[in-house]
Amino acid sequence: MIGIEHYVVVSAILFVLGVLGIFLNRKNVIVILMAIELILLAVNINLVAFSAFLGDLTGQIFAMFVLTVAAGEAAIGLAILVIYFRGRGTIAVEDANRMKG
Amino acid sequence: MIQTLAFYIFASLVIASAVMVIMSRNPVHSVLWLIVAFFNAAGLMVLVGAEFIAMLLVIVYVGAVAVLFLFVVMMLDIDFAELRAGFVKNFPLGLAIALVLLAEMVMGLGAYKAGGMQLGTPDGTAAAAVGASNIKAIGALLYSKYLFLFESAGIILLVAMIGAIVLTHRQRGDTRGQVISRQVARRPEEATVNTQPEVGKGVQL
Repeated sequence: MIGIEHYVVVSAILFVLGVLGIFLNRKNVIVILMAIELILLAVNINLVAFSAFLGDLTGQIFAMFVLTVAAGEAAIGLAILVIYFRGRGTIAVEDANRMKG
Repeated sequence: MIQTLAFYIFASLVIASAVMVIMSRNPVHSVLWLIVAFFNAAGLMVLVGAEFIAMLLVIVYVGAVAVLFLFVVMMLDIDFAELRAGFVKNFPLGLAIALVLLAEMVMGLGAYKAGGMQLGTPDGTAAAAVGASNIKAIGALLYSKYLFLFESAGIILLVAMIGAIVLTHRQRGDTRGQVISRQVARRPEEATVNTQPEVGKGVQL
C-alpha cells in the first residue's frame, strides 16, 4: 500500500505548479483560472488521501464542497471574462483598471 | 505491487499534465491537458478507495468545468501570442516563489516525519460503516450530519448559476422576440376563417 506521504508529495507538487502557473501566465486570465483549478485539485487530492488513510469520511465530504465552490468559481469567473472581453476586446489583465481601483 | 505501479503512473501523469497546462502555448491545449490531469487525479482517488469523489471529479470537472473552459477559449477571439509576451520575463520570479513554497511544504513534511507533529485522530463519528460501499457511507453522512452544509452548497450553486446568467445576458434590440401577451390574447375566430371558393379559382385571404 502506498503511504500517505506519497499523496502529500504529489498534491504539494501540483499545488506549487498551480502557483507557478499563475505567475507565468500573468496576462492570460483563462490560464490563471485553470491554474486555480489545479490548486483546488491539489487540495482535493490531499483531503481525499487524508480521509482515506485516517478512516474518516469527513475529508471526502469536504472535498465535495471544494468541488462545488470550484465549479461556481469557474462559472462566475468565465462569465466575468466574457463580459470583460465584450467591453474591451482583449482579456489582458495587466491593464484591467475599469473600476479605477 | 500493481497498486504501487498504478500510483506512480497516475502521479507522474497528473504532474506532467499539470506542467503542460501551465506551459502550453495554446490555451485549447491547456484545457485538454487539464482534462488529462483531472482523469489521472480521479485515478489517484480510486486507488485510495474514494470512488464517489473520483466519479464526481470526472463528471463535474471534465464534464462541466473543462468543457466550459473549452467553450470560452474557443468562443472568444483572442490573440494569445500577445498574452504570452511576459512569459520569459516572469519566469525567474515565478520559479523563485514556487521553490520557496515547495521548500516550505517539504519542511512541513519533514517536521511531520521527524515526529514533531501529530495528526488529529478521528473521533469515529464519520467512520465508514463496515461493509458499506463508499458511496453509501458518504450518502449516509451527507444526508444526516452534513445536511445543512449540503443544502447551502446547493444555494451556492444556485447563486453561481443566476450570477453567470445575469452577467452574460444581454438584451439585443435587433431581434424579434416572443410577445406573450399578444399570443395569449389571440382568439380562434380572428385567427381562422372559412371560405368556399368556386371550382378553379384561388382563395384571396
